[in-house]
Amino acid sequence: MLRKKECVAMLLAGGQGSRLYALTSNIAKPAVSFGSKYRIIDFPLSNCINSGIDTVGVLTQYQPLVLNEYVGNGQPWDLDRTFGGVHILSPYEAKTDTSWYKGTANAIYQNIRFIKMYDPEYVLILSGDHIYKMDYNKMLNAHKAAKADCTIACMQVPIKEASRFGILNTNADGSIYEFEEKPKKPKSDLASMGIYIFTAEKLFKYLEEDDKDPSSEKDFGKNILPKMLAAGERMFSYRFEGYWKDVGTITSLWEANMDLLGVVPNFELTDRENVIHSRSPLAPPAYVEGEVINSIVATGCEVEGKVSNSVIGTNCTIEKGAEVNDSVLMGNITVKSGAKINYSIIDEDVTICEKAVIGAAREDAEKIESKTSGITVLGRGISVGKGAKVPAGEIVDRNV
Amino acid sequence: MVSTVGVIFSSINEEDIPELTKVRSTGSIPFGGRYRLVDFALSNMVNSGITTVGMITKNNYQSLMDHLGSGKYWDLARKEGGLILLPPYSGETETLYKNRLEALKGATSFIKKANEDFVILADSDAVYKLDYSKVIEAHIKNNADITLVYHEHEIERSHYYIVLETDKNDKITDVQINPTAGGVQKHYMNVMVARTSFLLRTIQNAFQHGYTSFGRDILSPGVKMYNLYAYKFDGYYANINSLKAYFNANMDLLKKEVRHEIYGDRSIYTKVNDSAPAKFADTAVVKNSLVSDGCIIEGTVENCVLFRGVKIGKGAVVKNCVLMTDNIVGENCNLSYVVSDKNSVIRDNRVLAGCEIQPYFINKGSLI
Repeated sequence: MLRKKECVAMLLAGGQGSRLYALTSNIAKPAVSFGSKYRIIDFPLSNCINSGIDTVGVLTQYQPLVLNEYVGNGQPWDLDRTFGGVHILSPYEAKTDTSWYKGTANAIYQNIRFIKMYDPEYVLILSGDHIYKMDYNKMLNAHKAAKADCTIACMQVPIKEASRFGILNTNADGSIYEFEEKPKKPKSDLASMGIYIFTAEKLFKYLEEDDKDPSSEKDFGKNILPKMLAAGERMFSYRFEGYWKDVGTITSLWEANMDLLGVVPNFELTDRENVIHSRSPLAPPAYVEGEVINSIVATGCEVEGKVSNSVIGTNCTIEKGAEVNDSVLMGNITVKSGAKINYSIIDEDVTICEKAVIGAAREDAEKIESKTSGITVLGRGISVGKGAKVPAGEIVDRNV
Repeated sequence: MVSTVGVIFSSINEEDIPELTKVRSTGSIPFGGRYRLVDFALSNMVNSGITTVGMITKNNYQSLMDHLGSGKYWDLARKEGGLILLPPYSGETETLYKNRLEALKGATSFIKKANEDFVILADSDAVYKLDYSKVIEAHIKNNADITLVYHEHEIERSHYYIVLETDKNDKITDVQINPTAGGVQKHYMNVMVARTSFLLRTIQNAFQHGYTSFGRDILSPGVKMYNLYAYKFDGYYANINSLKAYFNANMDLLKKEVRHEIYGDRSIYTKVNDSAPAKFADTAVVKNSLVSDGCIIEGTVENCVLFRGVKIGKGAVVKNCVLMTDNIVGENCNLSYVVSDKNSVIRDNRVLAGCEIQPYFINKGSLI
């Protein structure tokens, strides 16, 4: 049997995610908690295994410690393989020079040898900051059927928001004639999702050429895709329909968490098809003796207070008399008696002491002008003292 | 930890609780929301520093194997030692074993091969947390041949149980089998420590003399022949020897002190799966209950242990129940004192009730 893989996935997980402020001050964005028991990277990794792609390179650079430990040998995603599996690819020192990844394209370029070990026909490029379920295999089939050199996944967005995205202008057959990065006057509402399939030899060719171009920013969206288009390569769009959310900002991260709530939620995780795998924590079932409505609660929690419209992560304790509304609690958080949390995102390992007040009621907070549209953010590992107040829209990364 | 090999009996005492062992062995009875009974003995071993554990199985062990897999969730997927399943007919028995002694005989080649100084034997029909290395310490200190672990409580009769009498130095003065006297007694927990060489010699000797009962033929007469010592365990202990005991032990977890003792430091390991977190709807009312991953609750739940993937429909009222994995309770049902095995469906508007001393039991996969 040939030692090769048809398709290798490369997951760009090196970004800092600076618009998440305190949430990414010491972990990479893909390692940020999501949906009470997951981390963002669970989604692309699970999509890979659910699509039959069992070889994934994870490109890390910024604060990789938590991410590396979390991904480990890949066993939770069934990606511990003797040939293939998941591999963490950090920047490395070479004989002639040492260099950090200088852009998305450069990160892949520096790991061409990794890809070539598997001699794939196709390479799938993914980002580590999107929440969605997608069968990449369908996209790969479309790529093959179109005999494309590059296929870009895209989805319809409201036209007035289109100028925030990379926009694809396509012909009737789905082929792309123009690619505009964040256009002021968008001609179409098809936004690129940052998911690309390349025919491997074309990818290698353009990466090698781009590396020699000193004026290039070494970026897929800015350099590689426009160059391929200009050279007349076969570039196609692949229309994705379903839930997809870029969680690069505090607001979108909060919204994506809220999309999990409800018996019929915007984004369904409870179905048994295409399960999102994660390094599921070993904790007992949640103990609930309080009022918990329209919320999700992970294992290991002890909830004796009131919780509504919230996402509560693993091993959180919410004491009697405490109240949590419209908030995301990431994990291992203690909310002591009498404390109130409204419209907030609270990172892991935070302690909130008695009678502390975090944030303000959502309808009031939303009126406040702040970087976070009124959402209060508490960073990892801090503690909020007895009776302390953190106003709506504040971002806090030290003890209060 | 002194070098020790562990042996767990996964299917002993099955006749105590036929409702739950019809489709599985004792060790794989689901318990406490996401665990199986075997997790307690097995985690105790791992937490005591034991890295080689033999699991004696009998019949119906498919579900147990599925649960244990390679042993990785207990950190027992090892190149050396680790978790080793001992199916019936292994080792030196020719027929399916009929008693503990024959089961042990079948495990002798495993015990020899493990080549550790001490052996600890434990059953898998109980919920407790005990650091076995302390038992071995006491065993060495007392220069004992055999150390038996007991828990003092009011005896609930079951088909077979052993009660110990000891002097003030913990030396065992009598081993009684199924005594008729009630009241608070020193109940042998079926956890035993011996030096490997002593145990192997004793098993060999028992077979040469045609003995058939470990309790009657070795322990009882052993009081006079050997140095038999007792070790008192005074933590939480629940022997799951009837449906009622099963129900009560699940309910005990709703008490803070029991829950924190058993679950507090997260050191009971089990097979992990990837269910989504539990979801509480707008209409959910949940009081004093354990709710596992994958549950979707739209009704009222009070004093319950809900395993993974349980769905409680709108308007349903569920009180004092143990509902195992993937039970579906329809709208406007009314359930109290029900123990429902896995994958059962209770249709809308059903009213089912047992009582505290006799919970109503629903078979695995029923449609009601």
